[in-house]
Amino acid sequence: MNQENIVLKTKDFNIFYGEKQAIFNMNLDICEKKVTAIIGPSGCGKSTLLRSFNRMNDFVPSFNCNGAIEFEKKNILKLDPMEVRTRIGMVFQKPNPFPKSIYNNIIWGPKIHGHKVNYDELVEDSLKKAALWDEVKDRLNESALELSGGQQQRLCIARTIAMKPEVILMDEPCSALDPKSTIKIEDLIDDLKNDYTIVIVTHNMQQAARVSDYTAFFYEGELIEFDYTDKLFTKPSNKQTEDYITGRFG
Amino acid sequence: MHRYAKKMEILARTLLGSCAFLSILTTIGIILVLSTETIEFFGQVSPLDFLFGTKWEPLLEPKSFGVLPLVSGTLMIMVGSGLIAIPIGLFTAVYLSEYSSFRTRQIIKPVLEILAGIPTIVYGYFALTFITPVLKNIFPDIEVFNALSGAIVVGIMILPMVSSLCDDAFQGVPRQLKDGGYALGATSFEVIGQVVIPAAASRIMAAFILALSRAIGETMAVTLAAGATPIFRVNPLESIQTMTAYIVQVSLGDTPAGGVEYLTCFAVASLLFVITLFMNVIGQSIMYRVKKKATR
Ligand SMILES: Nc1ncnc2c1ncn2[C@@H]1O[C@H](COP(=O)(O)OP(=O)(O)O)[C@@H](O)[C@H]1O
Ligand SMILES: [Mg+2]
Repeated sequence: MNQENIVLKTKDFNIFYGEKQAIFNMNLDICEKKVTAIIGPSGCGKSTLLRSFNRMNDFVPSFNCNGAIEFEKKNILKLDPMEVRTRIGMVFQKPNPFPKSIYNNIIWGPKIHGHKVNYDELVEDSLKKAALWDEVKDRLNESALELSGGQQQRLCIARTIAMKPEVILMDEPCSALDPKSTIKIEDLIDDLKNDYTIVIVTHNMQQAARVSDYTAFFYEGELIEFDYTDKLFTKPSNKQTEDYITGRFG
Repeated sequence: MHRYAKKMEILARTLLGSCAFLSILTTIGIILVLSTETIEFFGQVSPLDFLFGTKWEPLLEPKSFGVLPLVSGTLMIMVGSGLIAIPIGLFTAVYLSEYSSFRTRQIIKPVLEILAGIPTIVYGYFALTFITPVLKNIFPDIEVFNALSGAIVVGIMILPMVSSLCDDAFQGVPRQLKDGGYALGATSFEVIGQVVIPAAASRIMAAFILALSRAIGETMAVTLAAGATPIFRVNPLESIQTMTAYIVQVSLGDTPAGGVEYLTCFAVASLLFVITLFMNVIGQSIMYRVKKKATR
């Protein structure tokens, strides 16, 4: 498969928390401007791998790893983590807007990095891309905490977009949301892939099937199968994948 | 057997209940004593003269009972110690929560707790025999007993309280909020300064207020360091007297009970009680509001 441009590539990548190994010999390619879903039972290492792409595991004292993650021909593990995070954004499981106004949530990232841009335009543009503009355009100076959970999550997406990243990582972005908000975010992901490379972790297989181009199935820290989403869900080549997607375990 | 268990239950309830009741009774007792003696004092001295007078000479003829010199002395200690303990305590907490390794944290935390447990009289001698001589090298005119030394030592005393309460406040900020900042490529300094501190602002304020009210109530260290000169002025190099120090002076001296000189003690104590109660209520109510919000 994949004739496309590869943006992120893990090479024989292993992750340990202290003595315990969480990711085994991972070789996974993430294609440009596509949505790649990572599925697998809880505790199989989905978040662990995702958080390595933007060096968020650096904050875990017991974390260590070996191997490489290539990002545009450079090893992420050797880059400055702050720079990596400006180019690879992340949306978390629980919406986590800052206790600031909607406007200030969006401009916070660009501001601390001294991006010379017109903030009003940036706010409008980011909110439009995150499909939130129409709902909040009249109350940009209100606290972000007044928004509903689904709106907060889209604000977090807008906040990430405002940094103009190349990749957006999403760790179960809908697991704290109601079905209606979930659909909105899924539609949004479909629009966003025109401009961004997206990696989404989800334990919801229907969601993976709906939003992604590629799907990776993890089990106990190993990559079991990686293929086009259509193929993986209809004709999985591995018995474990088949058992998982048909709901026989996990 | 069953009857025995029931008897024990009743006994336990009575015993435990009366222990709890004891502390309430004590508080009520203190308030009663304070207020009856204070009322008697105000029967002889006008409250206006007491609250707004600038001359405190209750033991000399002609007597005057203006409490402002004691209030100004107390405020100098409060402000001075706050200027020292608030920034250093806050920075210590910032360091502990975002910069220190797990190991350093494991060392600094208990050290702060030990600092908090040292008897205050030890701090007083430390001020008198170490801080003041050091200050004398910088300010040759400084008096042996001076407000500056007292403020510094009280600042050191309340420092552990400030840093540990601020650290608690930072720990109360959800991990995911910090992650949100870091995921945008922010440095620790930006995350703590622009995300964590604003999110913990009210708890930090409460910490400051509680620490300052402790500074006001502090007695032995300031008595030793700052002396007993109740004069209405604001020169930190000169001796002052705080409200608490005055109470100690009268209690230890041979002032006869029942006289107006003796009653001053209770009036000053009441004022002190009202001020610290006020500050504690504000501090605690901020904390309470925050807790309620967090559990919603
Ligand atoms: N901070 C951590 N410290 C130690 N072990 C961890 C930590 N985070 C995750 N793990 C372990 O790593 C494994 C993978 O966890 P995770 O990546 O969160 O799984 P998933 O996201 O697929 O549910 C689990 O066994 C989990 O217990
Ligand atoms: Mg996870």
